[in-house]
Amino acid sequence: MAQPADFTEEQLPDGGTALRFSGALAIARLGDLDERLRAVSANVTQVDISQIDHIDTIGAWLVHRTARDHGAEITGADSDAQRLIAAIEGADDVATAPAKGSPALFVLHELGAAVISTARTFVEFIAFIGQCVKGALNLILHPGRLRFHAIVQHFDTVGVRALGIIGLMSFLIGIVIAQQGAVQLRQFGAEVWTVNLIGRLTMRELGVLMTAIMVAGRSGSAFAAQIGTMKITEEVDAMRTIGVVPVEALVLPRIIATVIMMPLLGLYASLVAIIGGGLFCWLTLDIPPATFVQRIREVTPLTDFYVGMVKAPVFGAIIALAGCFQGMRVHGNSEEVGRKTTAAVVQAIFLVIVLDAFFAVFFTEIGWD
Amino acid sequence: MAEQESVISVRGLRTAFGAQVIHDNLDLDVRMGEILGVVGGSGTGKSVLMRAIIGLQEPEAGEVSVFGTPMRGKEEDEAFEVRRRWGVMFQGGALFSTLTVAENVQVPLREFYPQIDNQLLDEIARFKIHLSGLPPEAAYKYPSELSGGMKKRAGLARALAMDPELLFLDEPTAGLDPIGASMFDELTRNLQETLGLTVFLITHDLDTLYAICDRVAVIADKKVIAVGKIDELLATDHPWIHDYFTGPRGRAARLGHERQNG
Repeated sequence: MAQPADFTEEQLPDGGTALRFSGALAIARLGDLDERLRAVSANVTQVDISQIDHIDTIGAWLVHRTARDHGAEITGADSDAQRLIAAIEGADDVATAPAKGSPALFVLHELGAAVISTARTFVEFIAFIGQCVKGALNLILHPGRLRFHAIVQHFDTVGVRALGIIGLMSFLIGIVIAQQGAVQLRQFGAEVWTVNLIGRLTMRELGVLMTAIMVAGRSGSAFAAQIGTMKITEEVDAMRTIGVVPVEALVLPRIIATVIMMPLLGLYASLVAIIGGGLFCWLTLDIPPATFVQRIREVTPLTDFYVGMVKAPVFGAIIALAGCFQGMRVHGNSEEVGRKTTAAVVQAIFLVIVLDAFFAVFFTEIGWD
Repeated sequence: MAEQESVISVRGLRTAFGAQVIHDNLDLDVRMGEILGVVGGSGTGKSVLMRAIIGLQEPEAGEVSVFGTPMRGKEEDEAFEVRRRWGVMFQGGALFSTLTVAENVQVPLREFYPQIDNQLLDEIARFKIHLSGLPPEAAYKYPSELSGGMKKRAGLARALAMDPELLFLDEPTAGLDPIGASMFDELTRNLQETLGLTVFLITHDLDTLYAICDRVAVIADKKVIAVGKIDELLATDHPWIHDYFTGPRGRAARLGHERQNG
């Protein structure tokens, strides 16, 4: 192995100093050479590299930098070293890094940028909804342009393939409601009311809400990622040039499929949750299934079912809109796809919960309580 | 002349994706200090060969050695010593999109030499970027702000970060305009001469082959069917080689080359 890079200072007769390098001036053998070179304070007039074993571009840079900073002359360079040094000389024109402002300004700037971008997103979202409505009206006028195959395919991905996970989730939620409800109600000796809790809570709120959250995570994110990737690979642009309207081909089938699937999934989730709760009641509260079903039918008004089924398609539309909207907003690089996918899920779940709050107040006001 | 040492030696290589065999019994040597051009029709496995050599694609059979070190079956960390001696430029640049160009160049340096301080790293990134022919202000840009040609140059700067002895270039001039392409050729030649590099260069660009390659390897029929100077290749009677070099584009490139050289 070659000697590590090193240098010595030598007083020259003319009052200057010569730096004499030795060893391998290569990145692997540098050690602390860089710091020591920066620390040289003598008036260097000559940089001698005739004694070195080997030089690479980083060694050449250090030699060049030292000579440049001290206004010294490089001597003893063989032809390889000369070529290397010549090749990197031009790197002296320093481009300054973009200036950074003060931290306070930075915070204000970030805050302002966030406000503007939120406002802009909101406006764009409204515009996107407008585009979708326009596209939907077009479809009503020309029903032949409805992409039936695409819709059926999304039925499969949004609905059928979600049955397993949504069923499992709802079943467990049913058990949790029954178990927690029973524990609390036992204090009043009102364990039998657990059935009311299960029936009303799942049909009215949790069935649809949890389904919406699951669909947002499963399908809303998939919509954003699919459409976003198509934007990056210019597939969406290709569609436009061919004369296919992206909203019609990509967005509406997804929205229609989700709007139709959400009530079905929501009802399914509610039923499975009731089955889970019923199972718990049977096993630990000794309420037999027949009694449980009868009680459920007595205590759960039909309006609870309506409440759930009115909310579900709206949630479906919101989830699909948010997913497609964020997907269409992707531009630039693949990182953007990930960011917009996250945004799609967050936005969808947030909007679903806000709307759910409105619905809760609304339905109570109209007497469906 | 002393016998030339092989930097890369491939023997009996077989690669396959499932039932689809890409290479079968392929042999290739890359000599120290040469620029070897690798050509072949689309889908003949030029990039796969490169990936097999640098260890991204596990071959089914055969031996690959780089700098005399056998590469097959090596885990990521075992080939450390070899990896620091080569640089790879991917077709699209393959820059890390969350880092600026300067930070991209510094990634291999930080990985292999964590003791280098930031100031020197900045200086190194700056002159590597200069070496690869980018303007200084490109150092602070993100890959998404660069054009295709600039991305390739930034990819080259990163490949050169470690002062490699061996450089892999995957279609460096594809997608560049003719002026940019010939500048890139010139740059490759200059770097090879200045830094004493060995270059493994995959290309479709006939002008590049004529302008800078010392030897050309032709991949067809799952093998390297011929290696040599272009004149030597023309002396063989393989139909693909003839079609390749004597087709309209091949003739134009040859004429251009002859005109330039006298």
